[in-house]
Amino acid sequence: MGNRLNFLGLHAEPSSRVRMLVGLLPLVVLICAYLTVSYYRLHANPRDKLTPSPGRMIEATKTMAFTKDQRTGTYLMLSDTVSSVKRIAMGLGSAALVGLVAGINMGMLPGIGATFLPIVTFFSIIPPLAILPILFILFGVGELGKVMLIFLGAVFIITRDMYYTSRTIPREQIVKALTLGASQFEVVYQVVLPQIMPRLLVAVRLSLGAAWLFLIASEAIASTDGLGYRIFLVRRYLAMDVIIPYVLWITCLGFLMDSVLKLLVSWKYPWFEAAGK
Amino acid sequence: MNCVANALEVGSTKALLHVEDVCKAYGPKVVLENIDLNVRQGELCTVVGPSGCGKSTLLRLILGQERPTSGKILIDGQPVGMPSPERGVVYQKYSLFPHLSVLENVVLGKKLSASFLERFKLRTHFVEEAKFYLDKMRLWDHRHKYPHELSGGMQQRVALAQALIMKPEILLMDEPFGALDPGTREHMQVFLLELWEDFGMTVFFVTHDLEEAVFLGTRILVLSQFYSDDRGPSFANRGARIVADYPLARSASSTVVKEQAEFGKLIQDIRREGFDPDYLQHVTSFNLRHSDSFQTLTQEEYDEANHR
Repeated sequence: MGNRLNFLGLHAEPSSRVRMLVGLLPLVVLICAYLTVSYYRLHANPRDKLTPSPGRMIEATKTMAFTKDQRTGTYLMLSDTVSSVKRIAMGLGSAALVGLVAGINMGMLPGIGATFLPIVTFFSIIPPLAILPILFILFGVGELGKVMLIFLGAVFIITRDMYYTSRTIPREQIVKALTLGASQFEVVYQVVLPQIMPRLLVAVRLSLGAAWLFLIASEAIASTDGLGYRIFLVRRYLAMDVIIPYVLWITCLGFLMDSVLKLLVSWKYPWFEAAGK
Repeated sequence: MNCVANALEVGSTKALLHVEDVCKAYGPKVVLENIDLNVRQGELCTVVGPSGCGKSTLLRLILGQERPTSGKILIDGQPVGMPSPERGVVYQKYSLFPHLSVLENVVLGKKLSASFLERFKLRTHFVEEAKFYLDKMRLWDHRHKYPHELSGGMQQRVALAQALIMKPEILLMDEPFGALDPGTREHMQVFLLELWEDFGMTVFFVTHDLEEAVFLGTRILVLSQFYSDDRGPSFANRGARIVADYPLARSASSTVVKEQAEFGKLIQDIRREGFDPDYLQHVTSFNLRHSDSFQTLTQEEYDEANHR
């Protein structure tokens, strides 16, 4: 009883069951509020499009996900998802690869670091969306322009993260590796690289939010498919019954990617969190 | 700084490790000054000194992790360069790679020194060799654990195996037992002596613990910035020098010796010579009793010593 009374105090100790219940509470309140508003608005005007009923949304989702589009002969939601995820994977994947190699070399080789750190820092501060027109001019409005936006939006941040992470490897370890017969190349790629791999996955996780932002933005401006394209297309018809499920679906995808990366870190690098990084 | 070598030098040719006239300064701050040192093969040479006197700096110079401002350091007659397999090292921490299991940590050195093809061909051979050392350390059963799953004493035993598998000519140890609790520490000291006898290792052991240094060493070097010379008492920027150098009788590898009166007496002497800021010996009167000991003095100091 005491715990419950102290729920808002500094020393509150909610049990795990209580935690789950109160954690879900805001979501439940939000859904109830929506349903109430939707009910009364549709009651007043059955043709209202702003707050579709759950049934309407399920109906629309069925059409988008499980019915072949007559014009293209594909399942729209599936093809949209595939195109969007492909762009994110290519953009973020290449950013992770380039960021890792650039960051580790800058971190381990002081000459390389001194040469490139200022310019990388400079580029990492440019808002990527501000150079979107340049990218479209340079790389066209096709796939390359969109992938480049995601790539450029993430690569400098990841490079800097990898740079700082590889600098935290104690000097003693580098010397130790040399006394074990490692060459400079082996120190960088066999001793330091495996140690910063989990941190790379964490950096990619943190970049996912930005990557989705750039994806939706570039798809909204110039595209013929993709989740962002669809949302902005149906906006013309005020099709909230499609937009809301799509937003939920995008959220699910983001959550899924985040969880997969998180699991990958704890499965592949069990020493990472325990070793007190 | 005028460092002139002179006739007080003895037997530099047979030394495994030869340090002559080494000075190390960081900017204007002089840390080590005129370090002269010979270490024979098979010696367990301990280095003590007050905190901040540059013991670890000396070790890093020998290791090749840093370069001396002046002077020369030879191993087997060859000047030292970058860190390399003939000089093994065990640090207080960070000796082990956190992303490798115990076995992988020990095998790593063999792998890194092998060519790409040999890594596959000799893998079982490497593991067998690692087993020999891990058995010695009584750690074979823990071979699949990661370093963070081991106690401090076990981690240092893995670090020893990791260094020994490379068969270094000299093993440099920088306060290796400094982070261990007293019980484990004493256990590790005895253990190190067993290994030293088994493998006939040459060890250069830096510690701030005087008792540990006297117990372990066949020879003890005292490094200290508390001494006097002709630059006058107001001169503050003195680098540490070797102020005492004793041979130690290696009587028994039992900790019982720590209770004996002579043991305590020696510790008292060294504490005064090295650790007392008010007890300043002149550079020409250092207690360099060891037969391998030598000293290079400045010309003025040399003249003065000869006139006494």
